[in-house]
Amino acid sequence: MLGYLRNKWTLAAGCVLAAVTVASAENGDTQKSIKARGLLNCGVSSGVQTGMSTLDSAAKWNGFEVDFCRAVAAAVLGDAEKIKFVPLEIKTAFATLQSGGIDLLARTATHTFVRDIELNVAWPGAYLYDSQGFLAKKSLGVKSAKELDGASICVSAGSNYELNLADYFRKNGLKFTPVAANSRDQNEKNLETGRCDVYANVLSALAGAVSKLGKPDDWVVLPELISMEPIGPVVRKDDSRFRDIVGWTLNALIAAEELEITQANVEKLKASSTSPEVQRLLGVTGDFGVKLGLGNDWALNAIKAVGNYGEMFERNLGNKSPIKLERGLNNLWNNKGLMSSPLLR
Amino acid sequence: MTEAALISDTPRRATAMASAPARIALWLRRRIFASWRDALLSLVVVLILGAIAWTILPWALFKATWSAASRADCAPGGACWGFVAAKASQFIYGFYPPLERWRPDTVFALLIAGLTWLMVPRIPGKGYAGLFMMVVLPVVTFVLLHGGVAGLPVVPSDKWGGLLLTLILAVSGISFSLPFGALFALGRRSRMPLVRWLCIGFIEFCRGVPFITVLFMAIVMLPFFLPSGMKPDPLALAVAGIIFYEAAYMAEVVRGGLQALPKGQYEAAMAIGFGYWRTMLYIILPQAIRKVVPGIVNTTISLLKNTTLVMVVGLFDLLNIVSAGVADPLWVGSQAEGYFVVGLVFWLMSFGLSCYSRAIEGGFARADRA
Repeated sequence: MLGYLRNKWTLAAGCVLAAVTVASAENGDTQKSIKARGLLNCGVSSGVQTGMSTLDSAAKWNGFEVDFCRAVAAAVLGDAEKIKFVPLEIKTAFATLQSGGIDLLARTATHTFVRDIELNVAWPGAYLYDSQGFLAKKSLGVKSAKELDGASICVSAGSNYELNLADYFRKNGLKFTPVAANSRDQNEKNLETGRCDVYANVLSALAGAVSKLGKPDDWVVLPELISMEPIGPVVRKDDSRFRDIVGWTLNALIAAEELEITQANVEKLKASSTSPEVQRLLGVTGDFGVKLGLGNDWALNAIKAVGNYGEMFERNLGNKSPIKLERGLNNLWNNKGLMSSPLLR
Repeated sequence: MTEAALISDTPRRATAMASAPARIALWLRRRIFASWRDALLSLVVVLILGAIAWTILPWALFKATWSAASRADCAPGGACWGFVAAKASQFIYGFYPPLERWRPDTVFALLIAGLTWLMVPRIPGKGYAGLFMMVVLPVVTFVLLHGGVAGLPVVPSDKWGGLLLTLILAVSGISFSLPFGALFALGRRSRMPLVRWLCIGFIEFCRGVPFITVLFMAIVMLPFFLPSGMKPDPLALAVAGIIFYEAAYMAEVVRGGLQALPKGQYEAAMAIGFGYWRTMLYIILPQAIRKVVPGIVNTTISLLKNTTLVMVVGLFDLLNIVSAGVADPLWVGSQAEGYFVVGLVFWLMSFGLSCYSRAIEGGFARADRA
């Protein structure tokens, strides 16, 4: 039954691809239609990934992906609340973006060659560098992934991660038994009940799993990281202006952290800072916003809405969240991480 | 049926005369411990039920925490019903603005009134009740929920969610799929080849494709073929999808009933000068549908459960809003409570439907005996 369904999806995806080539430049000016609508249509994951996009008790959206949507809405429309969130599963996400159902996909979508080239969508940047690793019970006594010969491993069915896993074990001449499940919930349950020895997923998901399973001291993430997953916002390839807007909104958030601009001090710095970089970013001097087709306060609005990149990370995924994911590669370049912004000049 | 009634007649008369404890003892002896095989079977069943209760009850009741501000307040090992309490309004109304919730409340009240009117045999005017459910209720529901008239603020359909959305999908699907299904069934047996081919094509297409694929195509593919800027409303697509998809299944159920009717019924109708539509409406369909009530209810229940697939088009029905709720960082680890509630609500609705169908069948059986 599952194989059957998957074939159907492949077929449907094929049809979409065919149609994509037909409906070519239809979505020329995304920014213009967002402004005419007064609303940013932002695709997020379907509310099931803790820290990424979830609903609180007042039915308000929260999370890392959601915050990025807010930053873009603030930059384009000057109001971080003028968003329609469109929750999407990964299998419909790209097609919905192509058909114009959303302006921006801010989902945990890994940048891959096939998606980039064949789906005709673009990643204007990466807002999360995630790595695939292994989560094991401490009581298992495993210290390294190299000791996992013959282990049963929980993994999401049909995902990138399944392929990475097979590659890694083949490369090291080890054997394993995959225990594939469709959802994170199911994988976590399988790990907890011992149906598998270790759980393979990206670090943000493993951290989420530990926070759900409780007793963080019972679990250990093995030191080997077997893949690097650049995850970022996705836009249509045929609208380079909107691609620039999304990319530079992300750059502005990263640059803001480097320049020590925060949600709290942004207004004060705008009035008092003498740093030329801060002044250019916040629109005191120059006309970067106008060049993007926005107001000069675009970056100011984005930072006011969600804070700088570091604040956004810590609030949703890092130490100020229940997930407590380490920043690691997502630190700034001057702090042993990979996050950097092109120069603001 | 009658034979069984005759056999059970004697003990019933006997038990009527005995005292209550004696009656229970008699019932136990006759129905539970009639032979050692029965006794063994009964014992096994009791043990299984006991084991289920033994695992569920302490979790659901004895060790449960009834009010909490977050998962951290809940005792481990027991259910955390504070989660359901905190999220209850979200589960019922979705994203509907709190100040406007009297509108869905009114819709719920109208729905209950309409269902009572339709289902309680003693209340007269079933024809008007049908008219109310098929015409008045959908229009009133849409106008009231969407707003934009008489000073009501507009609430776009992507704000509707939870149980409200599940009921909108299910009730519109149930009310309209049967009439459309009957039409398709008649069309499939029509003597006009074009009509027949069209109906066969439609029915076979819908039955040959998974519902999730129909939704996927509708939401993702349709915009490519529409003029630029025209975006179909996801809810309208989902409702239309459910109605027509289920109508195809209904059509086959109704066709089963039509084939079971003897040719004499058609000939008799013709003999008294009835035309095609009058024959169908007054003679054929009432008898055909009566024969296939269990099949119709079966299809209806599967329709009810199919409504959870609307996640594909980004709608948050009851199941999906609960899935989203259990990922809330404040409440991580509340999956069991959330899905327990969803399961209970769906079970109640399905069980209600099958009770109603048994009542209808009972009514038909009495009418046939009379």
